[in-house]
Amino acid sequence: MSSKVLDSKIPDGPLAEKWTHHKNNIKLVNPANKRLIDIIIVGTGLAGGSAAATLAELGYNVKAFCYQDSPRRAHSIAAQGGINAAKNYQGDGDSTYRLFYDTVKGGDYRSREANVYRLAEVSTNIIDQCVAQGVPFARDYGGLLDNRSFGGVQVSRTFYAKGQTGQQLLLGCYSAMSRQIGKGKIKMYNRHEMMDIVIVNGKARGIIARNLITGEIERHSAHAVVIASGGYGNVFYLSTNAMGSNTSATWKIHKKGAFFANPCFTQIHPTCNPQHGDQQSKLTLMSESLRNDGRIWVPSRKEDAEAVREGRLKPIDIAEEDRDYYLERKYPSFGNLTPRDVASRAAKERCDAGHGIVNNSTKEGVFLDFASAIVRYGKEEALVKGIHNPADAQIRAFGEEIVEAKYGNLFEMYENITGDSPYKTPMKIYPAVHYTMGGVWVDYNLMTSIPGCYAIGEANFSDHGANRLGASALMQGLADGYFVLPYTIGDYLADDIRTGTIRTDTTEFDEAEKAVKERIEFFVNNKGKHSVDYFHRKLGKIMWNKAGMSRNKEGLQEAIAEIRELREQFRKEVKVPGKADGLNSELEKAGRVADFLELGELFARDALNRNESCGGHFREEHKTDEGEAQRDDKNYAYVSAWEHKGAPGDAALHKEKLVYENIELKTRSYK
Amino acid sequence: MSKERMKLKLKVWRQNGPNEKGKIETYKVSDISPDSSFLEMMDILNEQLINEGKEPVEFDHDCREGICGSCSMFINGEAHGPGKRMTTCQLHMRKFNDGDTITIEPWKAKGFPVIKDLMVDRTAFDRIMSAGGFISVNTSGNTQDANAIPINKHDADKAMDAATCIGCGACVATCKNASAMLFVSAKVSQFALLPQGQVEAVERVQNMVKQMDKEGFGNCSNTGACEVECPKGISLENIARMNREYLKSGMG
Repeated sequence: MSSKVLDSKIPDGPLAEKWTHHKNNIKLVNPANKRLIDIIIVGTGLAGGSAAATLAELGYNVKAFCYQDSPRRAHSIAAQGGINAAKNYQGDGDSTYRLFYDTVKGGDYRSREANVYRLAEVSTNIIDQCVAQGVPFARDYGGLLDNRSFGGVQVSRTFYAKGQTGQQLLLGCYSAMSRQIGKGKIKMYNRHEMMDIVIVNGKARGIIARNLITGEIERHSAHAVVIASGGYGNVFYLSTNAMGSNTSATWKIHKKGAFFANPCFTQIHPTCNPQHGDQQSKLTLMSESLRNDGRIWVPSRKEDAEAVREGRLKPIDIAEEDRDYYLERKYPSFGNLTPRDVASRAAKERCDAGHGIVNNSTKEGVFLDFASAIVRYGKEEALVKGIHNPADAQIRAFGEEIVEAKYGNLFEMYENITGDSPYKTPMKIYPAVHYTMGGVWVDYNLMTSIPGCYAIGEANFSDHGANRLGASALMQGLADGYFVLPYTIGDYLADDIRTGTIRTDTTEFDEAEKAVKERIEFFVNNKGKHSVDYFHRKLGKIMWNKAGMSRNKEGLQEAIAEIRELREQFRKEVKVPGKADGLNSELEKAGRVADFLELGELFARDALNRNESCGGHFREEHKTDEGEAQRDDKNYAYVSAWEHKGAPGDAALHKEKLVYENIELKTRSYK
Repeated sequence: MSKERMKLKLKVWRQNGPNEKGKIETYKVSDISPDSSFLEMMDILNEQLINEGKEPVEFDHDCREGICGSCSMFINGEAHGPGKRMTTCQLHMRKFNDGDTITIEPWKAKGFPVIKDLMVDRTAFDRIMSAGGFISVNTSGNTQDANAIPINKHDADKAMDAATCIGCGACVATCKNASAMLFVSAKVSQFALLPQGQVEAVERVQNMVKQMDKEGFGNCSNTGACEVECPKGISLENIARMNREYLKSGMG
C-alpha cells in the first residue's frame, strides 16, 4: 500500500532510541565548512525564527525572509494559551511517553509515531532554552514555573506567559535572531515575499522574491531552502489567522515537486468570537486556557435560546436547571476540556438543534461562563484572608480579582471586540478555523520531496495527525527550529561543502524570474471588475459550507466544481489597481488568493478521498450512533500525499502507510 | 446590535512615497456597522476606492487582534484612536457616531519615515534590538534546567509586564520629542529584572541607548504621554529603571 516514491526515512531501533541513534549516525558539517554554506529561510515565526537563529549560531549563512515589516510580527505572536512540555514539574504522572501518547491519540491516530515521539522528547529542552533566553513564563510564589491544563489531557503540562505565550516565545526567537542579525550571520529581508522556488539539477537552490516596497523582483541563492511559512487556514477567508497568512510559499513548492499531505486536516477551534455580520474580516480566538475555568452551555429549552437571540432574555436570568452544560453532560471525564475537534462538533450539534444563542444570520453561538469559577475562587480567597462568612459581593470581588490575574488580557480583548464584560455576563463563542494540521509532506529529517527543500512548523504535516492538541503548535514550531532541523539539515549539507556559492545568473533563475514577472503583469493588466477580496470571500463561503466542520460526498463534489468555476471567474474578472513596481497590497493579495483558489480544490479532493471520519475531518457518512467520528483504520491509516500534475484536479495520490508499533489503535473516547 | 449603521466622513493622509509631499483627502463611507472594527471600516473604504478605479489606502495591519503591533494609525490626533489600552485593530466603530468626521494620519516621527499613505518604516526598532536586545545564549539542548534558578514571582511578573510591548511605535508617535525611551526601556527592564539578564546588563543598556540615539529618536522629558497612549500599558517606571541601569553601567 505504501507508495514507492515516499520514503519517510524513519530510523531503525526502539522508539525511544530512534532520535538519539539517528543523531549519532548522521553526517556533520565542521565549523569552518558551515561558513561556506548558505541557507534560505522563508517565514520568521516560531519555526522559522528559531531555525534562523540556531543555524546562524552554528555558523551557516542565513538569509531570512518575511512579508511583515519585522520578524517579530509573524503570526506565532498571536498564540495565547501556552506550550506543552513533559517536564512533570507537577508530579502528576507526566512523562515523554504520556505526551507522545496523548498527541497520537489526540491526533486520532493519523500522525507518524517516530516524529511525535521525538517531539515529546525534545519538548523539555524547549522550556530550558526559553528560560535561558529570558522568556518570562508564569511562576508560582516559590519562584518555580507554573503550569496549567489543556484539552485532551489529564495532566498539567502547559507552560504559559499570561495569555500571551506565543508573543513571549516569538520575542525570544526574535531576540536570538536579532543577535545574529547584529553579527551579520542572518541577513534579514523584511517586507519580502517568496514568489517561487528555484530548482537546479533537481535540488532546491534558491528563491525568487519580491521586495514589497519597491516591487523589485530579486534572485536569492542558497544550498538549501527552508519553508516555515505557516498554515493555510485563510483558504476559508474567515479564520483566526493573520490577514497576511497565506499558502503561497507551500503551494509554490508543491507545484515544483513537493508533495502536499492531508490538506483536508483543518482545526476548527471551539472558542472564538462568533461572526458579527457581513463586514467581518477575521475571527478572534479566545484561548483554550479559558476552558480550565469557563463552563460551556446553551439553554436547554429552544424557546429560551430564541429569547436570548432576540434580546428578551439575559443569560444570567436562566436558572441553573434550565442550562445544558453539554460537554460536561456528554464527556464527564474530560468535561469542558475535551479536545478541540470534539468540543467544536458538540457546539455545532447543539446549534443545529436550535439552541444557538447569537443573533446573526446563522444563529450560531454558545456561552462560555465564568460565574461559577468566580464564586469558587472568591470563596477560596476569602478563606485565605481569614474571612469565614463573606458576603456575596465580597466573594465576587475576590473571585473577579483572581480570574483577572489569570485571564485579564483575554477578557479585555473580548470586551474590546464585543462591548460586553465577561465578568458580568457569559462570553459568546463559536468554533472557527484556526490551524491546519495538513501541510507539506516531509520525511523524518523534515525534508520535502524536493531534495534540499525543508518544511518546518505549521507548514509541514508531520506531528498532529487529524487534530492538534492545545499548546502543541508552539511546541512543534520550536522543536523543529531549535532542535530538529539544525541536526538533520547538516546531513544533507555535508555533501555541499565544496559546491561554492550558487550562481543566480543561470537559466533556471532566468526562467523562474520570467514566470513570476508574467504572473504579476497579468494581474496588473487584467481589466476585471471585482476586487480580490470579493473572490476570497466567495471561496471562504464554499469552503466553510461544504468542506468545513462537517463534510459529505455530495457537498465536496459541489465544492470542487464551484471552486473551479470561481477560479476561472477570478482569472477573467479580478481587478488589481496600481502598478507592479512599487508598494501594492492588492497585488500581494491577488497572488495569495490565486494560490488559495488552487489549494481549495485539492483540499476538497482530499476530503472526498478520505471516506472516513477522523479528528477534525468529519464525514457525515461515518459517525457512531452517538454522533462521534468513526475511523476506518483498515482502509485509511495512511497519510495522503498529493503530487502536482499540472492542475489540482489532476494531482496524483501517494499513500504513506502509518505503522503503529508502540500504540494500539483505539476508538478515541473522552467520556 | 447597539446602534444603527453609520455614515462617516474620513480625512485620510495620502502620500505616495517617503520623498513625496503628502496631503489629506476626504472620503465618505456609509452603511458602517457599529460592530465592525476600525480596520474593517478601512477595508470598506478601500473596496469602494477600488470599485471607483482609484488606488486604495495603504496601511499596515496583520493579526487584527492587538498583538502583532503592525497597525499604526493616528486617529483624531491620538495614536491608535480614542480607545484606551487598545490598538487600532481592536478599536470598534461603536466608539463613533453617525455623521462623525474622522481624521486618519500615519505615525509622524523622524525615526519612522512614511513608506506610503499610512504605512511607516519602523526598522529602527529592529536595529536597536540587534544592538543589544537579547541574552547571548546559544541553542544547545543542554542549558540548565528551567527550574534551576527560582525567580521571585514579583520580579517575574514585572518582567512579563515589560515584555508585553508589541513594538508598534505609538510611544514614539505620541511623544513631542519622538523619543523611543518607552520601547527601549521595556526591553532593558525585562532583562534587568531576570537573573538571566544580569551577565550582559552593562553592554546591553549602553549599546541599545547608543543605537537609539543614532536612529534620531529624541530624549524623554517625563511628560508621560507615551504611557497613556501605549496599547499595552507599558509603565513609565521602565524608563526610570533604564536610566538607573544606564547610570550603573558607568555611562551616566
